[in-house]
Amino acid sequence: MATQQTKTIGRLLLSPAVALLLFWMIVPLAMTIYFSTLNYNLLNPGMETFVWFENFTYFVTDPAFMASVQNTLVLVGSVLAITIILGVAVALLLDQDMFGQGFVRIMVIAPFFVMPTVSALVWKNLLMHPVSGLFAWIAGIFGVTPIDWFTDMPLFSIILIVSWQWLPFAALILLTALQSLDEEQKEAAVMDGAGPVSIFFYITLPHLARPITVVILIETIFLLTVFAEIFVTTGGGPGTQTTNLAFLIYSKALLQYDVGGASAGGLIAVVIANIVAFFLVRIVGRNLEA
Amino acid sequence: MAQRVTTSRKIINTLAAWLVGFIIFFPILWMVLASFKTELEAFAMPPSFLFFDWTTENYSIVQERSDYLHHAMNSVIIAGGSTLIAMLIAIPAAWSMAFAPSHRTKDILLWMLSTKMMPSVGVLVPIYLIFRDFGLLDSRAGLVFILCLGNLPIVVWMLFTYFKEIPKDILEAARMDGATTLKELVYVLTPMAIPGLASTLLLNVILAWNEAFWTLNLTTSEAAPLTTFIASYSSPEGLFWAKLSAASTLAIAPILVLGWFSQKQLVRGLTFGAVK
Amino acid sequence: MGSITLKGVRKSFGAHDIIKGADLEIKDGSFVVFVGPSGCGKTTLLRMIAGLEDVSGGAIMIDGANVVDVPPAKRGLSMVFQSYALYPHMSVRGNIAFGLKMAGLPKAEIDKKVEDAAAILNLTNYLERKPRELSGGQRQRVAIGRAIVREPKAFLFDEPLSNLDAALRVQMRLELTRLQRQLGTTAIYVTHDQVEAMTMADQIVVLSAGKIEQSGSPLDLYERPDNLFVAGFIGSPKMNFITGRLAEEKGAKTIGIRPEHLGVNKQSQGWVGKVAVAEHLGADTFLYVDVPEIGTPTARCSGEMAVKVGDSVGLVPDETRLHRFDGDGKAIR
Repeated sequence: MATQQTKTIGRLLLSPAVALLLFWMIVPLAMTIYFSTLNYNLLNPGMETFVWFENFTYFVTDPAFMASVQNTLVLVGSVLAITIILGVAVALLLDQDMFGQGFVRIMVIAPFFVMPTVSALVWKNLLMHPVSGLFAWIAGIFGVTPIDWFTDMPLFSIILIVSWQWLPFAALILLTALQSLDEEQKEAAVMDGAGPVSIFFYITLPHLARPITVVILIETIFLLTVFAEIFVTTGGGPGTQTTNLAFLIYSKALLQYDVGGASAGGLIAVVIANIVAFFLVRIVGRNLEA
Repeated sequence: MAQRVTTSRKIINTLAAWLVGFIIFFPILWMVLASFKTELEAFAMPPSFLFFDWTTENYSIVQERSDYLHHAMNSVIIAGGSTLIAMLIAIPAAWSMAFAPSHRTKDILLWMLSTKMMPSVGVLVPIYLIFRDFGLLDSRAGLVFILCLGNLPIVVWMLFTYFKEIPKDILEAARMDGATTLKELVYVLTPMAIPGLASTLLLNVILAWNEAFWTLNLTTSEAAPLTTFIASYSSPEGLFWAKLSAASTLAIAPILVLGWFSQKQLVRGLTFGAVK
Repeated sequence: MGSITLKGVRKSFGAHDIIKGADLEIKDGSFVVFVGPSGCGKTTLLRMIAGLEDVSGGAIMIDGANVVDVPPAKRGLSMVFQSYALYPHMSVRGNIAFGLKMAGLPKAEIDKKVEDAAAILNLTNYLERKPRELSGGQRQRVAIGRAIVREPKAFLFDEPLSNLDAALRVQMRLELTRLQRQLGTTAIYVTHDQVEAMTMADQIVVLSAGKIEQSGSPLDLYERPDNLFVAGFIGSPKMNFITGRLAEEKGAKTIGIRPEHLGVNKQSQGWVGKVAVAEHLGADTFLYVDVPEIGTPTARCSGEMAVKVGDSVGLVPDETRLHRFDGDGKAIR
């Protein structure tokens, strides 16, 4: 409820943001759609021809595409599983009574603030290097042959790095959610004879259901387009073993200069992200009432 | 805690939590340690943990040979500039949605959110071509523009959730007191929203500082911020671990400090208010 | 000067009418209370007078000039909000001075006015404090100070006492009325509490469902309610309403009698029934009596009368204080 005048001013003040975002959404997207129907390579400028959906069929039938989709799914799924399970555990641990909780929190949250290029390089070199890395030394102590991470299990190595980056995010959000859990609810459960395990499954976990959903959706949005970690460690290889959809599109566009193919791939990525976004927006929207 | 926790239980909790915290934090610690080693020691097997010749020469070398300060400056300008411009556009917009809502406000908010979910890679080609044609490749202005647009939805959202918590009455009181909309924004809303404005600023500086898709793809040297600069260490011939560690430590240190300050507000900002 | 006239003031959201045409005459210097149950539109009406809400139709005249299109700040009114709406980042001085600063008054004059207002409200020692460092009553005074310092044509109060505890509320009620008399400024006061309305007002306006039910002096409303709604709303405990044979005998659809006008006796005169609940307040006792055919009317008797639950008592209505209402709920006079 407000007066007409305030509403008019409101609309006026809102319009720059709306106009910019509209521009930001429509112009590049329209161009992507347009390019996706062209046979257009930056190496042969001026040779563009209209090819309908050929780029899509070409992109989708490329064996690298199926590999990249699989890699993307494995990457997203594994990181989600690792960060959620460990995140719940870390959050539960941090929610306990202890000395120096603030300091532990700071240690746990730190990886989230490390820029992707730094974390990828530090892990690849200082920790996972097959000869001089710390993991190799630890393997040596136990008399195990050190793993050559990026040769033998490249995708898993990327998963490990990305999980380390996103674990703090999941843990912090779940911890915040845990702290908002009504203490009296737990006390009521104790009065009803519930033990710690039943409390976890019947009270805590249901309470965490929504934050977990939010974590899953937000992480998915970001994880679908993991790029820098692959860019600085494996460059998508060996072969296509660590090429995800984002990296495939990048290599089509800026390594092979295939504008049409990259645009077709880009649209596929947009569609996939929008499916996830649809659910996230609905959850956030429900929270917006009031 | 309503129930009293026994001291022994508390000690076990503490030990477990500190151990977990230490493990999670360890890669960063290890990197910082490596930055004070010589290149030889950084590669040494078995690795040295604390008993090595501490040296700061990596830091001076990084600065001398690679123009570290130049790239750090780029990061400051790009992250700071894009955030400030986004704030200037977002404050009026968030005011409007929080205090003069229409029946479409909710849809607009959700639409803004959905623009954030468009994967950058989906529009890489057109943006790259636009940048090439307008001479914006490897320019700070171009990156400021892109990151500003990319973060605008988050800025609007965060400000909106903070503004929502300011009682409408107070703004109406100002209106009764004769304040124009502009004065209302300057004298009443902004000072009241300072904590919210500060954490919005902080979180978005962090996000822009660490942004590693557009910065990697749109800059090479002149406008390259620290993300791109660090990435240049990935080439096999550039494998200088101690120097990589020194450069990395410098690149993440300011953000770690800012991040620790903003961690309370972080959850809210990153979940668009869905978790508080 | 500050006379306010409403002429057919309406407000609607789409097809939904919030205010259904209000006509009202407020004399300069009078203390008018809008009272009604929550959702009756009283706050909306106040905000429309303030200029914080648009008017869908009709005219609002302040000193004879229609102000419907005038922005809030230019109407020369000041408002005290339910939440006080103090600016949390400003000191008490800053809060009181803000309106004057916006009006561009010279600093010396602002200081003088702020200090005068503070002196009236006993806030002189708190001028440099922030609102969060004040008690509820002090915050209330700052909000009032902010209103009086601008020397408005009228004060608008939106349930200003509802956030105070009971004792403080009574005290502030007195202070507010005294201050208003002293300044002689017109005041419009919104409340849902009919006791506040009765004790403070020169003129009470009873609203229900967006309509003015009746307007008049407190005693007027008490003694001569126009309709069932006003009869039931004004007075505590509520007036007893009786329908059926007893009402028809009096030539009405409904008859009403206030608890204080029901004589209680132990001799089984009048309406005879059993005491269901007895509330002993000390000076008075309220009895809820189960009377066959009538229901459970409330009656007031002296606290000295010895009655307990289960006793049989007789109730004799004071015929001169009997209210009669027709089928539409209108009073028959």
